[in-house]
Amino acid sequence: MEWIQQIVNGISLGSIYALIALGYTMVYGIIKLINFAHGDVFMLGAFIGFFAIARWDMHFIPALLMAMILCAVIGVIIERVAYKRLRNATRIAALITAIGVSLLIEYTVIFFRGASPEAYPTIFERSTLNIFGVQIDTKSIFILGVSIVLMLLLQFIVHRTKIGKAMRAVSHDADAARLMGINVDNTISATFAIGSALAGAAGVIFGIYYTRIEPLMGVLPGLKAFVAAVLGGIGIIPGAMAGGLVLGVVETIVSALGFSMWRDAAAFIILILILILRPAGIFGKNAREKV
Amino acid sequence: MKHYKLKKFASIFLATSVLAGALAGCGADSGGGSSNGGSSGGSGNSADGDTIKIGANLELSGGVASYGLSIADGATLAIDEINAAGGINGKKIELIKVDNKSENAEAASAAIRLAEQEKVVAMIGPATSGNTVATVQIANQHKVPVVTASGTAPNITENDDGSINEYAFRTCFIDPFQGTVAANFATNELGAKNVAIYADNASDYAKGLAASFKETIEANGGNVVIEQAYVAKDVDFKSTLTNIKGKNPDFIFIPGYYEEVGLIVKQARELGITVPLMGADGWDSPTLVELAGNEALNDTYITNHYSSEDPDPTIQKFVEAFKGKYNQSPNAFHALGYDTVYYLKDAIERAGDNVTGEAIKNALAETKDLSLVTGKFTVDEKHNPVKSATVLEFKDGNQVFNSKVNP
Repeated sequence: MEWIQQIVNGISLGSIYALIALGYTMVYGIIKLINFAHGDVFMLGAFIGFFAIARWDMHFIPALLMAMILCAVIGVIIERVAYKRLRNATRIAALITAIGVSLLIEYTVIFFRGASPEAYPTIFERSTLNIFGVQIDTKSIFILGVSIVLMLLLQFIVHRTKIGKAMRAVSHDADAARLMGINVDNTISATFAIGSALAGAAGVIFGIYYTRIEPLMGVLPGLKAFVAAVLGGIGIIPGAMAGGLVLGVVETIVSALGFSMWRDAAAFIILILILILRPAGIFGKNAREKV
Repeated sequence: MKHYKLKKFASIFLATSVLAGALAGCGADSGGGSSNGGSSGGSGNSADGDTIKIGANLELSGGVASYGLSIADGATLAIDEINAAGGINGKKIELIKVDNKSENAEAASAAIRLAEQEKVVAMIGPATSGNTVATVQIANQHKVPVVTASGTAPNITENDDGSINEYAFRTCFIDPFQGTVAANFATNELGAKNVAIYADNASDYAKGLAASFKETIEANGGNVVIEQAYVAKDVDFKSTLTNIKGKNPDFIFIPGYYEEVGLIVKQARELGITVPLMGADGWDSPTLVELAGNEALNDTYITNHYSSEDPDPTIQKFVEAFKGKYNQSPNAFHALGYDTVYYLKDAIERAGDNVTGEAIKNALAETKDLSLVTGKFTVDEKHNPVKSATVLEFKDGNQVFNSKVNP
């Protein structure tokens, strides 16, 4: 029973990694940019959700939508201001800019509100399902549900809509897509908007699940999401989902075996192993479909 | 974890380089070599004119800002009272507050600034043990006494080799004492036999408490069934807690700071862990209650320096004055900040007209039977006050006075 409980713990943690990883992987898939500011958009989402719930008395769904919309706008602004002009620059220049944007966001938030942590208000009454001795928080079921709905929605957008088709085209060959009459700039902006909205949603979910938010909270989950994206095969949407869940479960198992001091190390050991043994990731193929 | 460790290394590196820079500066100033380091001569800074400058090197922002801000409020109240009553030997006290951002390196540079530029005669030290340790060498070097209100690690006043840091003092008791009190409380009051320990592995404070708790509980005939650790800034504790739950302990000791403990308590209750949980003064913050929630905190205990509900008249007088000024009930850090100022005042008075760092240091070390809000204390030869501890219980999010334990 203890093991089932641990798997439940791991899936709850993993679904948050997965949501952040989806945005990472989309942006990488389309413009080959490791967007280090993604974890900080996640942090901004958590704070927007906090203000919406604690200060403006919104309920969960409106607060979630508001965080997603504002984060989408922030994502587009970041892309337009910082990354657009570097589209033909070297990849290292774009990478360094991304790190700069990340630090700028973190310390701007600290400048305005200080670095002290904030506690999320309780919006769900604590109730626990006891299934054969396994304690499942109803909140974590709800959160897992929201994560799955958002992932399915994303799959639908990418595979069934016009903008999704444009994204897939741009990721294969931006120049060819432009020749076919696709507006590449708008497509890239849409990618950033969707990816950032997912990060914003993950922020709100994180706040509700773990209660404590602070300006530097995006750093470690951002790195973990990067590991999850690489694990699943960077640029592949189902891969990011699977990678996030696997990472969450692995971390939990490492702790369950009594090596709680090694759980963060485990994530990065996985990163190193996957880069050595199977750089394309679990879902990677030679001819892979991206975005 | 990686990130945090790196940051810690970076701050230690910074602290040492700041220190090295300061030492080099002093060496160059002294030229002839007659001075032994302090930029202002042989006996530290002295109070000239009609004000006595006291520095406050506190966590006014950052991870443990709640402690620093509380100490600053308590100290300000005490200084207002003293100045309104005519000051110390006719001189008014001026408090110079510097924010150390809850970081070791910042605490070291704040101490240098207070000693060299502001020329304070004494400093109220940082709130946490780690930050205080970073200032102790600077205090010795500049001959400016540093008195921490809440730094409880033994190595603030006593080095590993047993030598005493001459200029370091504290108003609170030390870690091993709290661990011992908690263990005795668990055995005698709660009848705990099989206990678990879940400690913050990134803090000397928590490790010191865990060690003394374990020693005492085993001496009392109890078993430690499982010992686990976490690292500051972690947010997910469920897997380790599930592990602990599997060993069926009847009591869990969680030494750590409120930021993580709040989440641990909440997640423990979510997993159906109903046994009593206990910690120490690191839990004492309103943020803990916000993070954990009132309900989860029921049946949890802490050892602390004092309780605002203690019927003692000295305490009630302080509580009233504090409520009058800040419109809230004072917590232990408020009380310790307040006491630190009175501890200094008593020493400065006994030092007489000779208000120098060296004279204050000697007077601080000779303090006997000083009656303060957090207890009556005498300073022992290791610069630690010998005083009582209080056990508090959380009931619906409020700390309720449970019992007082004498050393």
